[in-house]
Amino acid sequence: MTLLDIVKKLLGRQQSSALKARERLQLVLAHDRTDLSSDLLQKMRKEILEVVSKYVEIDLEEGAVSLETEDRMTALVANLPIKRSLPINETEGEVSKE
Amino acid sequence: MATNTRIILICSGKGGVGKTTLTANLGIALAREGTKTVVLDADFGLRNLDLLLGLENRIIYTAQEVLEETCRLDQALVKHKQEPNLALLPAGNPRMLDWLKPDDMQRIVKMLENDFEYVLIDCPAGVEEGFKNAVSATKEAIVVTNPEVSAVRDADRVIGLLNTNGVKPVQLVLNRVRPKMIANQEMLSVEDVTDILALPLLGLVLEDEEVIVSTNRGEPLTLSNVNSPASICYSNIAKRLKGEDIPLIDPAKSGSSLKNKFMRLMQTKIF
Repeated sequence: MTLLDIVKKLLGRQQSSALKARERLQLVLAHDRTDLSSDLLQKMRKEILEVVSKYVEIDLEEGAVSLETEDRMTALVANLPIKRSLPINETEGEVSKE
Repeated sequence: MATNTRIILICSGKGGVGKTTLTANLGIALAREGTKTVVLDADFGLRNLDLLLGLENRIIYTAQEVLEETCRLDQALVKHKQEPNLALLPAGNPRMLDWLKPDDMQRIVKMLENDFEYVLIDCPAGVEEGFKNAVSATKEAIVVTNPEVSAVRDADRVIGLLNTNGVKPVQLVLNRVRPKMIANQEMLSVEDVTDILALPLLGLVLEDEEVIVSTNRGEPLTLSNVNSPASICYSNIAKRLKGEDIPLIDPAKSGSSLKNKFMRLMQTKIF
């Protein structure tokens, strides 16, 4: 975000196209580099949320699992807001079912 | 025998970003510095390097006859009239694509290695057979891209393939840079592209109408002493390639008018 972007935002103008290009590229390259289709990513996201929710109650609406890229390194980033941790016996019960 | 020959692949993934123009200009610029240089057209399907160098009427034999051993290498090499340090090995018939293998490319490059200090390989667009053949014969690479999303995306793909093939070093040339558009934040900046691709920048080339004029004539910009913006950029890239420490042009600093200064201030990154 640069000064120009902020001025444009204040004036209600569109975000600069260079910033838009950078954002779109970062997203598309994260997928290109890992060769993960969005279907697979969705499946992985669902399973990760299932595993995590065995231990803590998470906000499923807000939970986000995405790929982020920096310096040719792609990371899987999960941002999962925790509502509360589950009681210990409840957790153990879930785990022992496995 | 020149065993320290630099073998450099000039590639981009996407077509039309300026691979062949860069190859031609770098070839001339290196030759003018007194370096024995050969440019090899590895784009057998759509060859154009001969045309950009103005050598299209002087081709007798090509890489095809060399490989078939129906002529000697020196018979196929086309020497540039004004810059005798530069030679072109023309691409053969597109039908060569049916049988050409990585081994064949390696054989050609090995032959050239003996007589030249620099072998510049003009790579075909795409990431298919032609690209794979060319990659197999190279040591290092220059990736050319434009500050446009499709060109950067394809460059990223190519960089990944060069890495898995052990090509090293891989350096970046950012072509067709328009400082005014960058100042207005309507074009990816040099920093944006180097950040995204995470490659060392060998140089940038400013957008310049003279490039079209020079290709019309078949006389690369670096051949004349007229200093057009792109010509200076190409010469600087050649010098950096040879290890000279030539500072990069900062497109943001071109022009010192009040408007430019203001636009620079507006580009300050806040977060």
